[in-house]
Amino acid sequence: MADRPQGSAAEGENRPTLSLHVPEPKFRPGDTVDFSHIDVPEAGSMARPDEACDPAEMRDLAYGLVRVLGDDDKAHGPWDPKLDADTLRAMLGHMAMTRAFDERMFRGQRQGKTSFYMKCTGEEATSVSASMALAGDDMVFPSYRQQGILIQRGYPLIEMINQIYSNKGDKLKGRQLPIMYSSREHSFFTISGNLATQTPQAVGWAMASAMKGDSRIAATWVGEGSTAEGDFHSACTFATVYNAPVILNVINNQWAISSFSGFAGAERTTFAARALGYGLAGLRVDGNDALACYAAERWAANRARANAGPTLIEFFTYRAEGHSTSDDPSGYRSAQERSEWPLGDPVMRLKNHLIALGEWDEERQEKMDLEAAEHVKKVTKEAEANGILGHGLHHPFRTMFEDVFEELPWHLREQADQAVHERKTKFPEGLPEA
Amino acid sequence: MSETQTKDLPATEQQGERRLNMIEAINDALDVSMGRDDDVVVMGEDVGYFGGVFRCTAGLQDKYGKTRVFDTPINECGIIAVAVGMGAYGLRPVPEIQFADYIYPGLDQLISEAARLRYRSAGEYVAPMTVRSPFGGGIFGGQTHSQSPEAIFTHVSGLKTVIPATPYDAKGLLISCIEDNDPVIFFEPKRIYNGPFSGYYDKPVQPWKKFDASVVPEGYYKIPLGKARHVTEGDRLTVLAYGTMVHVVEAVCREKGVEADILDLRTLVPLDIEAIEASIERTGRCLIVHEATRTSGFGAELSALVTERCFYHLEAPVERVTGFDTPYPHSLEWAYFPGPIRIGEAIDKILKD
Repeated sequence: MADRPQGSAAEGENRPTLSLHVPEPKFRPGDTVDFSHIDVPEAGSMARPDEACDPAEMRDLAYGLVRVLGDDDKAHGPWDPKLDADTLRAMLGHMAMTRAFDERMFRGQRQGKTSFYMKCTGEEATSVSASMALAGDDMVFPSYRQQGILIQRGYPLIEMINQIYSNKGDKLKGRQLPIMYSSREHSFFTISGNLATQTPQAVGWAMASAMKGDSRIAATWVGEGSTAEGDFHSACTFATVYNAPVILNVINNQWAISSFSGFAGAERTTFAARALGYGLAGLRVDGNDALACYAAERWAANRARANAGPTLIEFFTYRAEGHSTSDDPSGYRSAQERSEWPLGDPVMRLKNHLIALGEWDEERQEKMDLEAAEHVKKVTKEAEANGILGHGLHHPFRTMFEDVFEELPWHLREQADQAVHERKTKFPEGLPEA
Repeated sequence: MSETQTKDLPATEQQGERRLNMIEAINDALDVSMGRDDDVVVMGEDVGYFGGVFRCTAGLQDKYGKTRVFDTPINECGIIAVAVGMGAYGLRPVPEIQFADYIYPGLDQLISEAARLRYRSAGEYVAPMTVRSPFGGGIFGGQTHSQSPEAIFTHVSGLKTVIPATPYDAKGLLISCIEDNDPVIFFEPKRIYNGPFSGYYDKPVQPWKKFDASVVPEGYYKIPLGKARHVTEGDRLTVLAYGTMVHVVEAVCREKGVEADILDLRTLVPLDIEAIEASIERTGRCLIVHEATRTSGFGAELSALVTERCFYHLEAPVERVTGFDTPYPHSLEWAYFPGPIRIGEAIDKILKD
């Protein structure tokens, strides 16, 4: 028993005994999954307020769920973004490409071509559709599961694969863990790997844009688990204090590795409700509904661009696969969760919507999926010509010391000489060919 | 500076020269940098309308407006993080952390983010920020307003650490830091904001204007990072110091009549190793002085470097004089401070043989 101040034991004798609550997910491996406790409102049932409205007038939207695509595969209600069929097909195409890319890269890791990969299966809409709702030069500060943004923005797949393989074509010089992309040309911030650090940085970028009288806004993505980080609360505080033109996207995929969302506070309230205490606009959105994702992000973008303030969006979704190639979710959650998830699969739902519109069919879908897989396969082969991680040592040793500072100070110059010396000692005949 | 403030200047004063204390010199550096480059922005707790708790940003908001000089929430993580974002946008933020002791909530953003952007993005993104923060003790600040955490930052690859010891240097170094394209920690020795400190806390402080190092030219000038300053030249021993301790050790040497080669390092990373080696090759003896705690302090790095690189020139073991490995005590701060007794005894020991 912990020490008490003298005499206080007697004083506390009549008080009830305290107990600590440690959250526990509803289902563990082997459990039958029943998601009937999740409230899924009718598509089209949520009101769509004016983008410039006072956050206090839209409290319901932080607790409800903005949905557009109904069980009838049709678009409903005021949040329907009314996109034309070409745009919808493009959206579906980016999502299909993202899924095909994930499949191939996951397999590449299993084949030993790289150390690590992270799929975004089931969450494609939260990056692809959201990204489509932004301007191409709006700055994005992603977390690690937003490959859909790069694919939507037309970043060459070969650059992504070169990075994943840390090969000699990797423009990040093999320095970063796979999938920690960076592309200034695509207004895509360098991914950290430390969690939630990008959220206040996005706010700072947005503040700078506002300070300079620019028209570009910033958007950031963070997992629900990482909203527990102090950085996220710094982001919310600075965003509201300076009315920064920024969108804080929270991807609530229910799981942070093996920790369910309850460890970030989901047993008590929604993540969108975090917005209310800060005076931010808060939206809770069906993250598996590509149209709702687009509509919400566009609403927030319009709001930010009109100097009407920042928005926090919770995308309610489900991480259909493991956290990463290093994770085996069968060790901590029920395998039934994926099939029982009440909001379905974002790619299927969008596909079915296009079919219901008479703008798509299963044959075309099959062809598109096949072409996506073939394209990724072809680019993968091209990237493999630049080497794979397993073959190692793709980059000159001196590059290890570059970019620590703009210029190489004496101590790094000496250390670079040492590294080169060690290479020559180990490989007197030069580096072995891969 | 007004006529009345300068009328008591000593005879060395030249017509037209301007004498500033370190606060005024820092303010001047910010003013000059903001005047030259619209991308320079100043932010921090109380820095705006009020002008900073030490007055370093006084008048800047009036002159440059609220979008370039503004107060922030009390959130050091956020202050550094938004500076990273602003740097990525293309600005040159100069955030102030009110006391170095408060910088720790911002460490992840400094260590994992600001210091790593250039490397991890292979130069696509950089964080050219200068984090200003008053550090060091001797002002009865207790454990949370007195620390010298410089070694934490020198241990991080990708950060530069700069510490001025005079008003002239403070201005020239700060302008260099702001123009530097890497993140810099600029620690301001607050004990000597108003005048150099001899180490005798019971003697009155002499204001900066009585010293020539307070002559601060108008306008733009830079002091390069990575270059040490010769404070005094001598053959008996080399002293490596920075910040407040430069003045303390200078006073001790003067009092003892020891002709020391005192180097004010000015920049800890990148370090002026050439100046250090050249001095020790001449003197053969080395004293390292800092106010920070001893274990794993920057003095340990200096001692290792001197031993590794100058061993055959050394005629006595390298000595370190530092603060003790305790939190900074409030009432006993002068017992903690590495003052004239500790320094004097170390000099005696080095010169014994």
